[in-house]
Amino acid sequence: MLGEGILKGLLETAKNFAGSYVSKERLTTVQYPEERLAPIENSRVFPFLVYDVENRDGGGPDWEAGLRCTSCQICEKECPPKCIFIEKSKDKKLDYLGKAQFYPTRFDIDISVCMSCQICVEVCPFESIKMDKHFEQSTDDRFGGLLLDREQLAKPNEYYHQIHPIEAAEVDARLAAAKAVFDAKAKAAAAAAAAKAAAAEVAAQAVPKPASEGA
Amino acid sequence: MFDKLDQIFVLLLHWLLGYLPAVLRPAVGVVLCVAVIVCVFPAIFAFCVWLERKGLGRMQNRLGPNRVGPFGLFQPIADGIKSLTKEDLVPLTADAVVHFLAPVVLVVAVFMGFAVLPMGRNMVLVDMDSSLLFYFAVGATSELAVFMAGWSSRNKYSLLGAMRAVAQMISYEVPLLMSSVVVVMITGSLSLVKIVEAQNHYTWGLPHWYIFTPWGFAAFILYAIAATAETNRSPFDLPEGESELVAGYFTEYSGFKFALFFLGEYLAMLSISGVGATLFLGGWSSPLEILNWVPSWIWFFGKLMVSIFVFIWLRGTLPRLRQDQLMNFAWKFVLPLTLLNLFVAALWRFMDDNWLRWVVCSAILMAVYAFMGKVGMRREHFGPRRYRYAE
Repeated sequence: MLGEGILKGLLETAKNFAGSYVSKERLTTVQYPEERLAPIENSRVFPFLVYDVENRDGGGPDWEAGLRCTSCQICEKECPPKCIFIEKSKDKKLDYLGKAQFYPTRFDIDISVCMSCQICVEVCPFESIKMDKHFEQSTDDRFGGLLLDREQLAKPNEYYHQIHPIEAAEVDARLAAAKAVFDAKAKAAAAAAAAKAAAAEVAAQAVPKPASEGA
Repeated sequence: MFDKLDQIFVLLLHWLLGYLPAVLRPAVGVVLCVAVIVCVFPAIFAFCVWLERKGLGRMQNRLGPNRVGPFGLFQPIADGIKSLTKEDLVPLTADAVVHFLAPVVLVVAVFMGFAVLPMGRNMVLVDMDSSLLFYFAVGATSELAVFMAGWSSRNKYSLLGAMRAVAQMISYEVPLLMSSVVVVMITGSLSLVKIVEAQNHYTWGLPHWYIFTPWGFAAFILYAIAATAETNRSPFDLPEGESELVAGYFTEYSGFKFALFFLGEYLAMLSISGVGATLFLGGWSSPLEILNWVPSWIWFFGKLMVSIFVFIWLRGTLPRLRQDQLMNFAWKFVLPLTLLNLFVAALWRFMDDNWLRWVVCSAILMAVYAFMGKVGMRREHFGPRRYRYAE
């Protein structure tokens, strides 16, 4: 009969209404500022810059020396809302491989523009920019307060391990593998160079130098 | 003692007026009553907003507002302060005078309706002979206010919302009136005070409310449907369907004018519930004879709050109708049933007072309801389409 569905629906909402006073399981609301849920592994907001604490090149504070960023500016170009601004250095410093690289003298992210899309993270070849979980960034200064400079953005690798443990372990393994390959190559190159030098020495000793004798 | 409590507001008024010279008494008395109505009903409105947000929350297994004051009770005060401090924006191309007048006209028209509502024994501002007629005449003015708002804003969403509102309110005005006419037919009076008195007697301790008769029950259900549509409440809230029309006819209103529209809507709900309670639920009379000692105004406002809760309950349950469903429902279902109900009420009036008229009247109404539900409201089934040219 007409109207049966309405009565059924009314009964359902009445059950909810009464039930919410009786059973606590029905109310899934978390009273945010006082209680909070632990963020899940894959949650993300706003990028940050990773630095390694083991200081390799000295000069400046810890975070500045250990910054992985080589200011290749790929993220700046790829950023859809264009919220990243980078200034490249004139000189170079050694990176974690021991290679000389440029570094950013300025690295700003305007988080009032950033949409947390993670594209900068996807394109970074140096594993230097990663997504953060710190979302409570409200401030009363909507221009300066939301423009983060590189000092505010720089966070240690340990912090990265804390917020994204699985992902950070993968990244570390990848970096270690790259370093191993690089070191092996360097060692091989060094060995080859040494062997070459040794061979040259042997040859020099085997063949007396007539010119010197003649002198 | 309980008689005094029942008449406490009337006695208070007379005591206050006793200090004035006799010439001034009628005028000051009216002003005092108006002031009380203008203060009390917005207070109830504030409570209703809280109740609605809390009730809807609970129906959706949420907590509802719980930050401002105990159980979030001061939330309406915070909302009021917020709407007062907001900027009052008027679109550049809007018709400024009409744009300003629309919320005022709405609230004034709605407040006028309270003048004839009997809120307790001897508690009515104007005891008119044709108060029901006055109520519906004034109530129809709110359509004008709605259209003023939609037209003067010069916004397509406002205009669409206003068109929908006017179409809907005019369509449901007819069944609303028709369903109340049966009460007038039986009582023989348009006066709301007389209608309450006609229901205020008891058999075996049970009241003679009109809802406890077949035609009264049918009329009450139809009245409730038409009243829901008339006040633009869900599931008939098309004029302000947020998913389609931003906010409907008050899209271009902000700050306190917006709050006035909100107030007008809830006051309309309160007054239409008050009239419904008066017509079918015995107004201020108590539901059992042994409870007659409870002050009459408690019963009236209690019935008001119960009907508000039913409004909220319906809003928490039903989805919004489509425009054609709304119109079909009004003209093909509600209106024919109200017309039939007129006939049934006449039959009830002229049949002898025994069990036969109960059976006959109930049977007619039930049969027609079942038939109309089956045939009149049959859903059109759209099967798979055949394209003859493609076969």
